[in-house]
Amino acid sequence: MSTSPKIRIRGLKKRFGSKQVLNGVDLDVGIGESLVIIGGSGSGKSVLLKCILGLITPDEGSIQIDGEETTGLSGRERERVMRKFGMLFQGGALFDSLKVWENVAFGLIQGRGTAKAEARLVALEKLAQVGLTEAVAELSPAELSGGMQKRVALARAIATEPEIIFFDEPTTGLDPIMADVINDLIAASVKELGATAMSITHDMASARKIADHIAMIYEGRIIWHGAVAEIDNSGNDHVDQFINGRAEGPIQMQVTRP
Amino acid sequence: MLTLLRTIGAGFLGFLAGTGRLVMFAATAISHCFRPPFYFRLIGRQMLDIGYYSLPVVGMTTLFSGMVLALQSYSGFARFSAEGAIATVVVLSMTRELAPVLAGLMVAGRVGAAMAAEIGTMRVTEQIDALTTLSTNPFKYLVVPRIMAGTLMLPLLVLTGDIIGVFGGYVVAVYKLGFNPGTYIKSTVEYLEFIDVASGLVKAAVFGFLISLMGCYHGYNSRGGAQGVGAATTNAVVSASILLLIFNYIITELFFAR
Ligand SMILES: Nc1ncnc2c1ncn2[C@@H]1O[C@H](COP(=O)(O)OP(=O)(O)OP(=O)(O)O)[C@@H](O)[C@H]1O
Ligand SMILES: [Mg+2]
Repeated sequence: MSTSPKIRIRGLKKRFGSKQVLNGVDLDVGIGESLVIIGGSGSGKSVLLKCILGLITPDEGSIQIDGEETTGLSGRERERVMRKFGMLFQGGALFDSLKVWENVAFGLIQGRGTAKAEARLVALEKLAQVGLTEAVAELSPAELSGGMQKRVALARAIATEPEIIFFDEPTTGLDPIMADVINDLIAASVKELGATAMSITHDMASARKIADHIAMIYEGRIIWHGAVAEIDNSGNDHVDQFINGRAEGPIQMQVTRP
Repeated sequence: MLTLLRTIGAGFLGFLAGTGRLVMFAATAISHCFRPPFYFRLIGRQMLDIGYYSLPVVGMTTLFSGMVLALQSYSGFARFSAEGAIATVVVLSMTRELAPVLAGLMVAGRVGAAMAAEIGTMRVTEQIDALTTLSTNPFKYLVVPRIMAGTLMLPLLVLTGDIIGVFGGYVVAVYKLGFNPGTYIKSTVEYLEFIDVASGLVKAAVFGFLISLMGCYHGYNSRGGAQGVGAATTNAVVSASILLLIFNYIITELFFAR
């Protein structure tokens, strides 16, 4: 692991009402590293990413980006740090009042002040990379299928070529072939742009493909963090149960059995 | 008894906290109105939406109000042979009171609700979070254009409403009640003072600000899916209407209670 991590999280806590979602998360992500976070549904993966982005204010703990503490930042300071980030939201979060290409070009036009025509070309190129044609670019997001929306959201997240990219379930809802194309694209973005990536996925095939490291979150903490090659010999029962998808094991789902 | 007091106390504290949040929201919004970047295209689109597309509703309301005012005051004033005063009654009531209040209430229902629904949907679908991650301040992008457009366009709408309302009164007076057109117009302008129109336009600007503020505030803070957006819409219209009537009294007091 690198000596000065891109993202450094210590003792991060967040509760919603009586539910302690994050309960002391410690995590380092090195420069140019691709980390995949796994964990059960509702274990706080999305909340963790949003805390790092400052969209949710954590109750306690420290988050450092490039060695700079970001938890107390607001206004212009926060905006400056946000420029380093790109995010693919789990639900897509496309602007439904804008066309597809305007969505993808948004960060370039509004955030970077790129000229519209130029930004459109970049948008079309990014859309082509996720397998969407120029005809699709003129549609509005509501006219797309779920998987297409996801790909547009992915194109939007990488369009500004940010230093740090978060992917919240990038391949959920895609067919297996397209999922693999997206995995390659994420891996390529990290390698070619030298970006640091944090991805959330439930798809272990995808995780093996895009990750350098994998971290597992359980009961509000990181219970295992290691290189992707070690995942099969983690020596952790929770991880074993999760990656093999077994209902029996130390992780108990709160469901009533028929 | 103690529980009763506690309930009242909690309610009162909740009210204070809510007011504080609203004032903070308004202060933030206003401060962003004076700091770049400005989204002129968005301001223009909101002005069109609020000003131009509200014309039919405001026109119809003020037209029929002017007409009924002429009719009512004729039959009422005939009891003490003061029919000659109806032109003055119509023009003063329209400019000082009816055009601003009726236009305000109509626009609150039309525009305030739409703002709350649109921003509320963007909130619950994470589009507002997405704006932030694309280096765009949601206040500047969403709230400022609406508040500026509301504050600027309502006076114009009300001025149009003044003219249409007076015209409605004229039509009824001349074609139904048999007034002499020249005399009617003469007595319309005879007692009209600048402050009558000006106070109405000041009211309109304040109402426009309140309507768009409440629409944005409730939309921005909506929670939890379609139901939350629905509640935000209702709250925006109801609170804007009530505030509007309260401020109507206050402004009248400031202008004329001497
Ligand atoms: N804004 C919020 N207000 C209240 N509770 C929230 C909020 N956001 C998340 N939670 C709660 O935090 C917990 C973790 O949510 P989160 O979205 O991080 O789960 P996740 O790990 O991403 O799950 P999934 O894999 O299903 O997406 C959930 O129990 C959720 O109810
Ligand atoms: Mg999630």
